[in-house]
Amino acid sequence: MSKTRDIAVTVNGARYERAVEPRLLLADFLRGTLGLTGTHVGCEHGVCGACTVLVDGDSMRSCLMFAVQADGCKVETVESLGRIGKLNTLQESFHEHHALQCGFCTPGMLMTATDLLQKYPLATDNDIRDGLSGNLCRCTGYEHIVKAIRAVKNGAAR
Amino acid sequence: MTDAEIHARPKIVGARVKRTEDPRLLTGLGSYTDDRQAARVLHVAFRRSDQSHARIRAIDCEAARAAPGVVAVLTADDLSGVTPLVATSRMANYYATPISPLARGKVRYVGEPVVGIVAESRYHAEDALELIVIDYEPLPVVIDAEEAVRDGAPLLHEDAGTNVLVAREFKRGDVDAAMEAAPVRVKGRFRMHRKTPVAMEPRACLAEYDAGRDALTLHSATQVPGIVRDALSAALDLPGHRIRVVAPDVGGGFGGKGSLYPEEIFVCAAARRLARPVKWTSDRMEDLTCNSQGFDEIIDAELGLDKDGRALALRADVIGDVGAYSIYPWTAALEPVQVVSFLPGPYRIQHYRGRVRAAATSKAPTGPYRGVGRPTSTFVMERLIDMAAAKTGLDAKEIRLRNLVSADELPYKVASGIVWDKSGFKECLNAACEAIGYGALRAKQEEARAKGLWFGIGIASYAELTGIGSRISVAPGMPINTGTETANIRIDSTGAITAAFGVASHGQGLETTLAQIVAEHLGARFEDVRIVQGDSAAVPGGTGTYASRSLVLAGGAATLAARAVREKVLNAASHLLEASAADLVAEDGKVSVAGTDRSVTFREVARAVYSEMGRLPPDARDELAATKTYDPVFGTTTSATHIATVEIDPETYEIKVDRFAVAEDCGRLVNPLIVDGQVHGGVAQGIGAALYEEVVYDDQGQINTASLVDYLVPTACEIPSMQVVHLESESPTTLGGFRGMGEGGTIGSPAAVANAVTDALAPLGIDINELPITPERLFRLIEAARARGKT
Repeated sequence: MSKTRDIAVTVNGARYERAVEPRLLLADFLRGTLGLTGTHVGCEHGVCGACTVLVDGDSMRSCLMFAVQADGCKVETVESLGRIGKLNTLQESFHEHHALQCGFCTPGMLMTATDLLQKYPLATDNDIRDGLSGNLCRCTGYEHIVKAIRAVKNGAAR
Repeated sequence: MTDAEIHARPKIVGARVKRTEDPRLLTGLGSYTDDRQAARVLHVAFRRSDQSHARIRAIDCEAARAAPGVVAVLTADDLSGVTPLVATSRMANYYATPISPLARGKVRYVGEPVVGIVAESRYHAEDALELIVIDYEPLPVVIDAEEAVRDGAPLLHEDAGTNVLVAREFKRGDVDAAMEAAPVRVKGRFRMHRKTPVAMEPRACLAEYDAGRDALTLHSATQVPGIVRDALSAALDLPGHRIRVVAPDVGGGFGGKGSLYPEEIFVCAAARRLARPVKWTSDRMEDLTCNSQGFDEIIDAELGLDKDGRALALRADVIGDVGAYSIYPWTAALEPVQVVSFLPGPYRIQHYRGRVRAAATSKAPTGPYRGVGRPTSTFVMERLIDMAAAKTGLDAKEIRLRNLVSADELPYKVASGIVWDKSGFKECLNAACEAIGYGALRAKQEEARAKGLWFGIGIASYAELTGIGSRISVAPGMPINTGTETANIRIDSTGAITAAFGVASHGQGLETTLAQIVAEHLGARFEDVRIVQGDSAAVPGGTGTYASRSLVLAGGAATLAARAVREKVLNAASHLLEASAADLVAEDGKVSVAGTDRSVTFREVARAVYSEMGRLPPDARDELAATKTYDPVFGTTTSATHIATVEIDPETYEIKVDRFAVAEDCGRLVNPLIVDGQVHGGVAQGIGAALYEEVVYDDQGQINTASLVDYLVPTACEIPSMQVVHLESESPTTLGGFRGMGEGGTIGSPAAVANAVTDALAPLGIDINELPITPERLFRLIEAARARGKT
């Protein structure tokens, strides 16, 4: 178990070279090794979606990937979006529409929504709901999350 | 300033203020317990019982102790210095069960912690788990609650001498005579299956020990840092000023983080023993097997009415399955006793008897879960009302209008002893019907039925007590006072405003709503107020956030303390402005002489008070701070009506909730955006309770729902868009007119969905008296009804 492998991963535009155990989860690599605790671990079995990140542009569960599988990949986490004082359009829309309460599912919701908005027409609200079906939220009843994403899609975050 | 001018100015309370919490949570900069780093931290994994009821003969930890990275392996014998905690109660017929950090002698549910492994990483700790050998002597299982309460049943707690941890009866009038005389009677056996809260953040705790001061700081994903602090003080025999419990950002709770847990005691004891920080983060399997679970009752209930559909008598016999331990501090009475105390609901019923027994079984303990008792009591009562409507030929709305307590009858004492203050029961019913277009829906239903489609409409009305004060125990007979809340507000020497409370927000947005209240009553700018909460060191005595209390109680305390600080600011400013305090107005962080352009900022006042020499006479230099405690004494009533429509797929029996409307009276709204969000989330949990969620144990006490693939939480696809109507009638009994509303969404929705499904299947004569109503249960009911129809 103690044998490590050298990997190089680009996370949020910065390249990291680390020696990691093959069994280290990508989620634990991001949170523990790199200190990027914005990615949350909610179930460790790929259901809740809280740990969703983008790997080479596609949304992935970082609890179902090993860090070694991300070797050579570009990973984007919630920390790649806007900053406090300069939220991006999606974050601003979540803020405006009260699309988060406890905030624990939020990083995964934002990364999934980023992926959805880039790839799909999201013609109806049911399309948005389908797209979010892999991300559980226990606080909001999803109503405001759907509204926030709809507003971004319609180009009216405010 | 004239009254007209005061009313014209923009209010902070009542505005859709965007939340203060959001920017950090949206950028990944929140600080949840597991995010916290500590130097040389050790990680814990628990070896948990795989037996539901067994005696522990021996535990062999030698191989685990020798495993790589393992620092300590601890059993109950190693923690003998920890005093077991007991959830006491003043109730007669109550048996407490001691709670220890690790099982001692016996295990009583699958998942109970038996051995704690402390290692350099969680990976190392988990590696060593399987090296522990526990020799168990299996004991008879105690799984079925009805069997558990029978004489001669195997005992879970021999010292109690019974599995009935609580027995209680509420009565008024002569229910048996009234029932015999009632021309219309409806009854049923109702079943609300066990749920689990599933906050998205699993529980976590991190204990840091300062050996030089023998002091502990525990960061914990808890709703109740004050209760945990006081409990740890007793368990570890340390004074409160050497234990600080911090609930940082907490990822949801819903009651599941509202009790003391063995793991919290364990990490503290281990950190003290090893003089290193010790962290435990639950995985989801542990969350689903070991967190306090919810509901789980069998209810036999009967309602008697006159021929016009007016309720005369109600009687019920409830068995609550409370699991293996009486949870701390709420006791095993919390959930099942509330079922019988709230069963009569917002209805006028003269004769009542409700009996309840809480049965210990070898399952995870039940505790608070959003709604506590009332989702079940509302489900039962609203089903009985609809059954009565069917029997008398009355419409579901009409029978409720005939039975709901009217505005002119309030305050009204319910048959179980609860008093409803002024709240709009019928107004909520009418508003919900109007919002959803009830008349048009009935017409649509006729068309659907003509086509053979299953389309149903379900109504549920309820009332609840919220923001309860010191005269009522949150849990029946519980000796801990949860009815007061303290606010400490101070303006420091830089002019910054800090308001500290004993509450602990875990998604409710209290940093925002309490700042709104403080800013309004202090005359400060909203953005200048920082709220400190979720920290046992914030005020001398606090508990936390649960039972729809925080906005009512902390809001009241905030109002009192802000007014007191405002007086001090005005007094100091009167010297600076050379004007009478009576002529001064505090607003937007400034004090002005009314009708002039002369003003000073709060910051200037603060500097004059604390820092600048000679600007104020000594008697005007009193610190700009105040601590006030608020007690609503009894609390207040919150009521609502929920209406759901459902469509049922005739081939798959999938139930789809199409529309959902809520009309609720939660008093004066502080932030409508947040209130809407609370209602949406509560309704979604109630829909989950009605259709999907069920904790399943097999007949040996093994849990079959230990993953989120097996325990189904609704996704965005199962939850409809909702209409929410607020009837803002200010509470007459609370400061500010606020009512609590965090739980209501979950109270009405299971009943509304059950009634809607029953309504959809009315042509088949099916009653939905068991929740969740899964496709399989529905299939069996429909098959049985069709078989009846053929004979």
